[in-house]
Amino acid sequence: MSEFPCRDVDLVVVGAGPAGLAAAISAKKNGVQDLIVIERNDWLGGILPQCIHDGFGLELFKEQLTGPEYAQRYIDELKERGISCLLNSMVLEVTPEKKVFVASPEGLVCFNAKAVILAMGCRERTRGQICIPGTRPAGVFTAGVAQNLINLRNVMVGRNMVILGSGDIGLIMARRLTLEGAKVHAVVEILPHTNGLPRNIQQCLIDYDIPLLLSHTVTEIHGQNRVEAVTISPVDENLKPIEGKEKKIPCDTLLLSIGLIPENDLSKNFGVKLSPVTGGAVVDETLETSVPGVFACGNALHVHDVVDFVTLEAEQAGKSAAEYVLGKAQKAERVPVEAGDGVRYVLPYSIRRGVDVELSIRVTCPGENVSVGFFDGETLVKKKQFRKVHPAQMINIKLKGSKTVAVNALKVEVVGK
Amino acid sequence: MKKEMICIGCPMGCYLTVDYDGKTIREVSGNRCKVGLEYAEKEISNPERTLTTTVKVNNGHLPLVSVRTNKPIPKNKIFSTMDLLAKIEVEAPVKIGDPIVQNLFGTGVNVVATKNIAKKDDVKVGSR
Repeated sequence: MSEFPCRDVDLVVVGAGPAGLAAAISAKKNGVQDLIVIERNDWLGGILPQCIHDGFGLELFKEQLTGPEYAQRYIDELKERGISCLLNSMVLEVTPEKKVFVASPEGLVCFNAKAVILAMGCRERTRGQICIPGTRPAGVFTAGVAQNLINLRNVMVGRNMVILGSGDIGLIMARRLTLEGAKVHAVVEILPHTNGLPRNIQQCLIDYDIPLLLSHTVTEIHGQNRVEAVTISPVDENLKPIEGKEKKIPCDTLLLSIGLIPENDLSKNFGVKLSPVTGGAVVDETLETSVPGVFACGNALHVHDVVDFVTLEAEQAGKSAAEYVLGKAQKAERVPVEAGDGVRYVLPYSIRRGVDVELSIRVTCPGENVSVGFFDGETLVKKKQFRKVHPAQMINIKLKGSKTVAVNALKVEVVGK
Repeated sequence: MKKEMICIGCPMGCYLTVDYDGKTIREVSGNRCKVGLEYAEKEISNPERTLTTTVKVNNGHLPLVSVRTNKPIPKNKIFSTMDLLAKIEVEAPVKIGDPIVQNLFGTGVNVVATKNIAKKDDVKVGSR
């Protein structure tokens, strides 16, 4: 495809969800004139239009907006700033030279970009990825697909539900289904703690008396044409089902809310280094990936729990891409940042010495009255205390440049009770 | 009496312990800000929630418009509001903020649209 005629453009943003919209707006604000956003759906805003519940925007607007309202603010700003978008258009390939090939309604088009922002979002894990035994009847949905059907298409997915996984989408759907007249018999979670935000436990489960079964999982799906029941079992500390303790719950629908995976098929095909822990790109503090001039943000970089943080991260990616395009980005030596005990991951993976940075950290297990410490070898560089930490809640910590002027490496650990 | 609850004021989700007697609060602990305090007081006296759901749209580019109560409503009015909204249909186009139901059950609360819905004929593929 290298002989294909290409249009020169400063910046291509892949994806018009919350990350892509904010990244494009930020890039334009920071001086990029010639940019284009490419979106495979026929609407802007990504997943937000189907997230009709409120709670978005508290961090950025100090208001409790619904998903569609939050998206509209950025869609309006995108239009006001005259940023062009290609809808119904799928990026097929990006090359290391930043040629972007797109299947669009006008046919195959190519952009020769100075910089690219990867904002493809994430996708849901499915039944196949956790290998639930049993038959393969209709009535098994991922929570996001059920949300799409109910909130956008006016299609009810079932009447008697079991939800596997206590991620936020599962909790939100438990409430939504109850409001629409379905009976949610249980939310089943394999871990001993939930994976959703605590407030969603309150307002989605406790408010509606929906049972939450921790340390349980679905071990079999029954039914020929339609789901007729699921078997659930308690699990031991190794998450293995305990034999002889199974219970069969009659139901017609099983919803899966079992995690999200950053969507990076595009990235890995042109040599963007990915983290095996997050499934997203390995980036430095400017959110630049291992391919120069290619930046990543939002759920394609790592799965977030709050959209406001997606927006903030995307604004950083847009600013960094603008600096790169305008030739203002400085080459610099960086020191590695590593996740230590009690930390599942920390972003970015490397930072410049002496520059103020904000790190995103996810812990491995819930804890109370713990500290997160930054170590250079044995030396403690910074420590911050938390009354409560939870894997479902990303921690953001600011690190002043003055603390990192002379460090050789940073390791982030959860320390002491 | 003591009651454990989770504040729904923001994604922090503070775990509150509320010490109360009838509808009088003696002490709230675990909150990081005054939102938690106000939430605890409301939960004991008159729990309220913002309701978000959908309403049928005729001749729109989508069959439903998402809606919300513009203020929280008493928790015990949630299902009666759902029943009321199930019977309502609106005509496209709809704009964010358009009132769908006014003065819900005499509470002074309105149900408003949270999404722009275009007329079906006005939308061509790729033009939105």
